[in-house]
Amino acid sequence: MTVSITPQVHRSKFGVYQVVQTILGVLFSIYLLWRIYDVFFGHPSYGPDTWARFAISGIILGSVYALIAIGYTLVYGILFMINFAHGEIMMIGAFGGYFVFEALKNIPAPTALEPNLNFLNAHPIISVFFAFVIGMALAALSGYFLEQIAYRPLRGAPRLVPLISAVGASIFLQNAGQLLFGSQRRDYTNPVILSRGAGWNIKIGAGIVTVPYTGILTLVLTLIILVSLYLLVQKSRMGRAMRAVAENKTSASLMGIDVDGIISRTFLLSGALAGAAGVMWGIHLGLVYYFVGFIPGIKAFTAAVLGGIGNLPGAMLGGLFLGLVESLGPGIMGIDFQLKDVIAFTILVLVLIFRPTGILGEVLSEDKV
Amino acid sequence: MAMLEVTNLHTYYGNIHALKGISLTIEQGEIVTLIGANGAGKTTTLRAICGLVKTQGGTIQLESEDLNPYKAHQIVYKGVSMVPEGRGVFARLSVSENLDLGAYSLPDRKTRDADLEKVFTIFPRLKEREKQIAGTLSGGEQQMLAIGRALMAHPRLLLLDEPSMGLSPILVESIFSTVKDINRQGTTILLVEQNAQMALTIADRAYVLESGIIAMQGKGSELLEDPRVIKAYLGGQ
Repeated sequence: MTVSITPQVHRSKFGVYQVVQTILGVLFSIYLLWRIYDVFFGHPSYGPDTWARFAISGIILGSVYALIAIGYTLVYGILFMINFAHGEIMMIGAFGGYFVFEALKNIPAPTALEPNLNFLNAHPIISVFFAFVIGMALAALSGYFLEQIAYRPLRGAPRLVPLISAVGASIFLQNAGQLLFGSQRRDYTNPVILSRGAGWNIKIGAGIVTVPYTGILTLVLTLIILVSLYLLVQKSRMGRAMRAVAENKTSASLMGIDVDGIISRTFLLSGALAGAAGVMWGIHLGLVYYFVGFIPGIKAFTAAVLGGIGNLPGAMLGGLFLGLVESLGPGIMGIDFQLKDVIAFTILVLVLIFRPTGILGEVLSEDKV
Repeated sequence: MAMLEVTNLHTYYGNIHALKGISLTIEQGEIVTLIGANGAGKTTTLRAICGLVKTQGGTIQLESEDLNPYKAHQIVYKGVSMVPEGRGVFARLSVSENLDLGAYSLPDRKTRDADLEKVFTIFPRLKEREKQIAGTLSGGEQQMLAIGRALMAHPRLLLLDEPSMGLSPILVESIFSTVKDINRQGTTILLVEQNAQMALTIADRAYVLESGIIAMQGKGSELLEDPRVIKAYLGGQ
């Protein structure tokens, strides 16, 4: 009897679905390789300087996506739910930083040489520091209350229920933002040394490539945050408790870990990361309005799924990868730059179809599901 | 003063009346065992004591202090640790991280290394596997890890839920003799077991649970010879 079972297992490995999947994969790879050959060697439409510009903006954008994606992944790792209001938390952080800059702009700090100087430009480092602290704190608190109000009462409910609540919370926060801050797009007033367009000029090929200071700030801060987050999760007592709660809430509470407390702290942490991403978004891209968190939120969700949701290094990689694909993709595929979102979401669909566990994802064990 | 005194305990799972007035006492230094068929309420009793199940009637007192207002994670700080059914080790964390989490409730981390040594002398196998991911351990090793982890919290009362489940007879014997050793070193133990023979042999006293009520109680050695127990739980005629 057992003999007849084994060949069936083998046959199912080479089912029609797998064959089609492999053929599609090979065809797509060939197409991609041909496009890459064509745009770089065949009929180069851009010089190396332009590609460098794309890559730089992709890395910067990708690091912001990574920060937001980590928030999705942290929450998913512990509660197995997608916090769809995460992008709105980022919007709140962006507004926090915006209002700090606006307030500091109006504080005069005259010197003998420049009588019209304001605090923002007199002390740019302190100002940026304040913007991040306030933006992160506001976003962290929003995340905390979001969990208390929208998710905690639904803790025992089926998994779809908190998901619907999350979508509702997202719409609520967007509308609350519109009501509070108006629907107009506001310009982020950076300190003068961080003006958009200012940066390091590097000569590449025939042209000059500018690495914007705002982008460097974003990259450096992201790196610092990611390293501290890694240390927190892997080495600290709280991080160990977080990983324990993620794996088995009953056992964690039997160790004396306050599971609800850890969940609250996870939302504080993921909110703070989204807040930092929001302030970076504002400083680097210069616009803030009530809807600003929606698209980056969904992109970062894509990044988190891409890397394997629930997996921290996966979220970082996924974010960076998505940023690069978005900025290099249209050029390589030879399509319009306005269609970069199409590329991002096509990737989401492809990942969900062909590798639902993501690049670094693992198959969920029975008890986790 | 009894170490643990459970009086007229009632719990419900939805509409199902799981425990219908359980009363039991455990004195300092004893091994007490709860035996009974599947669904008799053994595990529910343990889960109620350590706060994982809400009680609806009755009291649980640890050294005259009512445990009812405390949540599961606070009861650990009172000196009650549980080794849950199915071990509940953190499968993706390493053995040493699991043991570290066992000591989570101790504010003073200085004793940690000494405690770790103590656990390693009880279970030398765990020292060999210190860096290994807990999910890759064998069932017996996971059980050792779960018990060692519970000991890291310095429990005064240790609750063990089916420590013999899924283990080979030789391992069961070694786990039970370890439980006896732990008890000799001063930890009071409440043991829930399917393996009534083994449990009654090492227990000072025993309670027999039948569909949510206590049907019999007595000394372990007496119950081993009780014809009703032999017929129902020891497979005898």
